[in-house]
Formats: sequence, C-alpha cells, structure tokens
Amino acid sequence: MKVFINGEIKEITGEVSLTELLENFSLPRERVAVELNKEVVRKKDWETIRVKDADKIEIVHFVGGG
Amino acid sequence: MTDLFKLADETFNSRLIIGTGKYRSHQEMQAAHTASGAEMVTVAVNRVPLDRATESFLDYLNPQMRILPNTAGCFDAEHAIRTARLAREALETDWIKLEVIGDKITLLPDNEQTLEAARVLVKEGFIVLPYFSDDLIMAKKLLDIGCPAVMPLAAPIGSGLGVCNPANLKIMREQLPDATIIVDAGVGVPSDAAIAMELGADAILMNTAIAEAKDSAQMATAMKLAVQAGRLAYLSGRMPKRLYASASSPIEGAIK
Repeated sequence: MKVFINGEIKEITGEVSLTELLENFSLPRERVAVELNKEVVRKKDWETIRVKDADKIEIVHFVGGG
Repeated sequence: MTDLFKLADETFNSRLIIGTGKYRSHQEMQAAHTASGAEMVTVAVNRVPLDRATESFLDYLNPQMRILPNTAGCFDAEHAIRTARLAREALETDWIKLEVIGDKITLLPDNEQTLEAARVLVKEGFIVLPYFSDDLIMAKKLLDIGCPAVMPLAAPIGSGLGVCNPANLKIMREQLPDATIIVDAGVGVPSDAAIAMELGADAILMNTAIAEAKDSAQMATAMKLAVQAGRLAYLSGRMPKRLYASASSPIEGAIK
C-alpha cells in the first residue's frame, strides 16, 4: 500500500503500526509528534494504530526558529 | 529593584525572549542565549526529514529555559491549530506562539486567521501568545478571547527596521494599561529594543537581530542591557518633549 509521509509517497508492505513505521524509516521517537489524517495521535496510541492505504502522516520535530 | 515579568502563570526575571533560528552554529547560539539572560526561547515545528538521521535540536538548548514553540510557516488558522496541537504533544507544553502569516514577501500576520486560530486554541487550553499587526482593536479582541498577552510587531520579521509605528505602540499601552504587551519581530539594534520598552512594552521577542550580528553573543548582551535600560526609563517616567529650550542652569544671576 501507499501512504503519504511528510508529503512523500512511500510504499509500505504488510500491516504496520505507527511505532513500526517510525522504526522502518529510522525516525526518532523522542520529542516528535505524529499526525494521522490531520489528527494528532497520542504517543501511547502509536503501538495500536495501524497504517492504512492512502493515509496522510505528518511527523514533526523542532528546529531553530523565531 | 525587583521588577519581575509576569506572563500567564509564570514569572520571569528577564524581559527578553529570543529565538533559536539563523545561528551559524549551535555553539554560537548557546553563547548568545547565555549572554542574553533570556529565560524563554522560541522554536519552530517542522517535518522530520526522511532521508537522513537527525539529532534533537532541543538538546542544544539550556534545560533551564522555557521552550516556546511557534506556528511559523502557517498561512491559515487550520494549519496553525494543527501545528500547535503537534507542538503540545511533542513538548508537553500548552504554551504556543501563534503566528499565522498572510504573505510570503512581507511575512505580515493575517490578523483575521490569527484571531480565528486563537479562539480555537484558547478553548483547547492553550496559553496563546499571538503575533499580530500593531493594531489596538485587534489587541483588544485577542485579549477578550483569553490570550494572556499580545505580541504586536515592531516591523516585519527579520527586517531590523525597528519600531516603525511608535504611536501605535504608545496608544496600545495607554489604552490597555493592564495588558501584557510583548513586542515581537522587527528589532534591529539595541536602541530599537530600548525604544519599544520606553514606550511601555512589557517584553521583547527577537531572533535575527542577535543571530545575524557578526558577534551574536556580544549583541545579545547589548540587547539585554537595552531592554533593561528601556524598562527602567519607562518606569522612571520620561520628561516631556518641548519645542523650545528649558535652561538647566539659572539665567538670572549670570554676570553681566
């Protein structure tokens, strides 16, 4: 299936949770936040929520700013 | 003299809030942060890059400092609200610098969208610190809906033009004597910061003026002193401006 992660189309094989998705892309798990189809997903729910085809996922962290 | 800066449910010694963007290195940013005496710094929320490993930018910030995430880069209320929610989830803070930009060239705020986003975020329990155009009526609306402070711009973000409309700031101070007013954006040099404070701003938020200085740590010190000087001057009450001279030495009694 195809999902959108931070605006990029990514091919995912098999059923994965948000936690596994972060692991698969070697993304940090601390001090990041995840949004699934425009709704913030609490960290405690990352394990149980499965990614579905065409999901739009935003994963953010913090950078310098004013 | 104890002159603490109260903001929402927090108390600060410093009236200077600074950014974390545009520094040439993390080390330079840390030196500037220390020199500034600031107790709160802003950070931006951004997509994690998928193609490379990243380190946590937050590790470079003094853990004593309060981190104020912003909604920079958002051009409408919806994106700003989503960004604020993400920031809260990642940082476990209700504080947000609300910034809804209306135009890429000027980066001037979209006041209408800012108000709309502020209304939603306040209802969700956020401590909303809104960046907006220096307009009294807009300030009143933002305070009415529950923002604990308002953050009018001095000039466009990163312009360094200083307080472009001192009359607006003075009117805002006089008409909203109890409001917390933080001048956000546009300061270029310490005299700009001092002017804003002399006009009655409670604090100043700046980034570029320090980060783009050749010696950012030294400029941070200069800004700290300017904010303190301007604040003291405001509390002292300035002399009236006069069109004509007023002699400091007695005219009568001079030898003839």
